Amino acid sequence: MGFALALEQDGIPTIPVSTHVFARLAKATALAAGMPTTRSCFVPQPVVGRTASELRDYIEGTDPIWKRPFMQGVIEGLTGPLTDEDLKGATFERSTDRFLEPDTEDNLRQLFIEQNWTDFLPIILPTEERVEQMLKGTSHAADEMVGHMRPTSFRESWGFDVEKVAVNAVMAGARPEYLPVILTLAASGFSARSSSTTSWATISVVNGPIRNEIGMNSGIGVLGPYNHANATIGRAYCLLSQNVQGGSVPGDTYMGTLGNNWNYTACFAEAEERSPWSPFHVDLGFKPTDSTVSIFFGGWYTESGFGPRETWKEKFIRCLTATDHFSPPLIVMDPIVAREFEGLGYNKQSLIEWCAENAKLPARSYWDDQWITTLIRPHAVAGVEPFASRLKAAPDELVTIFRPEDIHIVVTGGETQGAFKMISGRYIGHGPGKMQHGPGRNKPAAPPGLIDVWR
Amino acid sequence: MAEKIRVHDPRGYPPKVEGKRLANRPESLDGKVLYLIDCLFDNADVFMEQLRLWFAEHIPTVETRIIKPRESWVDDPEMRAKVVADGDAAIIGVGL
Repeated sequence: MGFALALEQDGIPTIPVSTHVFARLAKATALAAGMPTTRSCFVPQPVVGRTASELRDYIEGTDPIWKRPFMQGVIEGLTGPLTDEDLKGATFERSTDRFLEPDTEDNLRQLFIEQNWTDFLPIILPTEERVEQMLKGTSHAADEMVGHMRPTSFRESWGFDVEKVAVNAVMAGARPEYLPVILTLAASGFSARSSSTTSWATISVVNGPIRNEIGMNSGIGVLGPYNHANATIGRAYCLLSQNVQGGSVPGDTYMGTLGNNWNYTACFAEAEERSPWSPFHVDLGFKPTDSTVSIFFGGWYTESGFGPRETWKEKFIRCLTATDHFSPPLIVMDPIVAREFEGLGYNKQSLIEWCAENAKLPARSYWDDQWITTLIRPHAVAGVEPFASRLKAAPDELVTIFRPEDIHIVVTGGETQGAFKMISGRYIGHGPGKMQHGPGRNKPAAPPGLIDVWR
Repeated sequence: MAEKIRVHDPRGYPPKVEGKRLANRPESLDGKVLYLIDCLFDNADVFMEQLRLWFAEHIPTVETRIIKPRESWVDDPEMRAKVVADGDAAIIGVGL
């Protein structure tokens, strides 16, 4: 859709073709771009997996949205005279008020549900007093702009300030002392409510002194509903994402076909004190005394294991090769497991390298994946390694599926069992050694993930 | 009667939308160059090839050219420039 809108502005009549389930999204995207009369055409869902003959039937068939021959819509869309609406587009301003109209608590709760501003679990209504109290958790001004967020790359970005983050933190039930963590997550500009059809989620890991300052859990039940800070920080990130980005509404601003349970809340702390290895944030170049929160984009799969037992290598290979290999694993392991690996002579990095070296699939299996084909293959064709070599491999040749930098390990858990999980999660940040200059800045921006700048 | 309370709006700040016009349309596609842009979504290449064949059979006076961006879902200014320089119209798909 973005290409089509850009080409129209470049003077090229363009027809964007989508499957019918995207009709509302296409309409909303065109409207937000100021081109509501964009001449979209639609074919039935799905296109993936259909034969050439079946796709030809789509082309010669009926547009399921406009109820006219598909090709009639295409030809008329490219040649039909422009209307007044086509010529002027749509200019408008939308405002979101600071406060809603006063109403009873029951009516406001109903309004929040009807407007899709909640996750359908009970919320704390963000009264002026509660938000003021929440704002005491940071030294930053309420009206300081924090950033922009959007559900996916071709959608418009909405802006938000410290107060908007605090409002959503109140709704999630968070406490003021958690606000710097929540602001850091918000400042990433990375949405925990991606609109992707693939049902992404984010998983956040907190490191450094703030874990203990705010009482986060890195012990028994660390991934579960057993800690106020873990639960509400993760929920606040999810709620603020859907609200400050302009929605996460099925069929409009959310298209995940199955949805994702990690979208309710997903935040935990690393058990730094009980890990035999350096903390995750220190591996990135942060100081041990820095407090950070790291975002992993994934949530597609979770695989479970115990050990390491005698056959751990076979188990690891089975888990690694069973992944959706477009989304690399975040390996979450109990301190017992980490110490056992240490005893076997592995450190964190050598274990990661072992995983990357030994997780292999036949090339035909590697490439027969919708996302590898769509998103990785163009890089392979362009000669980018290691993808290019994987593309050159014979169909039955085993190829590695992850690079060492794709795989991460975080040590946490209550030591009641030697358990590990491989959770779909691509780390989306970078350490302070790779700071980027922000637009319009003459000094490096604060490294993403550093909580201390939001205290 | 229940007390009325005032609460904050949790939504962010949407950008102002500036209206943009559609491109001028030709009266017909006869003799025109029509780019068929394969957006790289899985199986879009097969769809675009079928679209190319449809034009060859039904409106052979249209010159169709299949083209692909460098990456899926990422703007490719070079590809767009080529379409603008050499083309008269475009169809892009299948996907958003």
